[in-house]
Amino acid sequence: MEKNDHIFGYRTLFAVLLALLTLTGLTVGASFIDMGKLNVWVALGIASVKASLVLMIFMHLKFEGRALILSFLSTVFFLAIMISFTFWDIAFR
Amino acid sequence: MSSHIKTGESMKTDEAGKKMGMWLFLYTEIILFGGLFVLYAVYFSKYTNDFIEGGKELNRVFGVVNTVILLISSFAVAASITAVQKGQRKIALWSIGGSLGCGAIFLVNKYFEWGHKIAIGIYPNSEKLLDGPDGQNLFFGLYYVITGLHGIHIIIGMTFLAVAFGFVLAGKVTAHRFALLENAGLYWHLVDLIWIFVFPLFYLVI
Repeated sequence: MEKNDHIFGYRTLFAVLLALLTLTGLTVGASFIDMGKLNVWVALGIASVKASLVLMIFMHLKFEGRALILSFLSTVFFLAIMISFTFWDIAFR
Repeated sequence: MSSHIKTGESMKTDEAGKKMGMWLFLYTEIILFGGLFVLYAVYFSKYTNDFIEGGKELNRVFGVVNTVILLISSFAVAASITAVQKGQRKIALWSIGGSLGCGAIFLVNKYFEWGHKIAIGIYPNSEKLLDGPDGQNLFFGLYYVITGLHGIHIIIGMTFLAVAFGFVLAGKVTAHRFALLENAGLYWHLVDLIWIFVFPLFYLVI
């Protein structure tokens, strides 16, 4: 069945844009506060929230079928392994 | 052959298949940039101070402006799809045009950023980088490769959007058949997604 029956209203899209801009401001603000090692993680955390908004709403993942959602999550899973296993490797050299 | 029921135009075209095809391609792009981010992550942990110093050389204003521009362009592209779905062709055309404009501004900014860096001797294989600390050489090497590859993707994305613009203009993209615009949009959103991570990692390093 076609899942393209769902249309995002302009207001919703604009609200998402405002949220993204706010989060951008938050990221910049946080970068002025010295939290040591935590800074990178805060920055990446906020970036992940922004990315989720773009993926779910702008890229329509929220209303997509299982095939798309599962294949996307698999890609993220693969990325997680690629990054974490690399760290695991260099941590013990 | 799967036997689910399709109606109307989508019986002749495979809208769902086209979308899935685009997503599959996007996954390869994610892994491509993901690999570069792995490089960044490893060298950041090894040369943290050099990366912090390198980050200070980058202009935050440019970074923030470019981030905002791309976010607005993603909004515009998403809005163009809503417009097409609602049969509002003019709004769709203006939205796509807006995204293209944003992309152009991004490229102009990039031109000034790189131009300035090159003018002060920071470019791949420059004496300043080769003679300086290893970590800084790596930081700027990664900066040029990642933002360069990203810039190429902006150009590709803009081309794709321009093609979609043409098809919307010609009336070939309709409320029942808009995979072309949707896919161009998806590609563009990916370019935005990548930048969402590039921005804090390069411009806001502390």
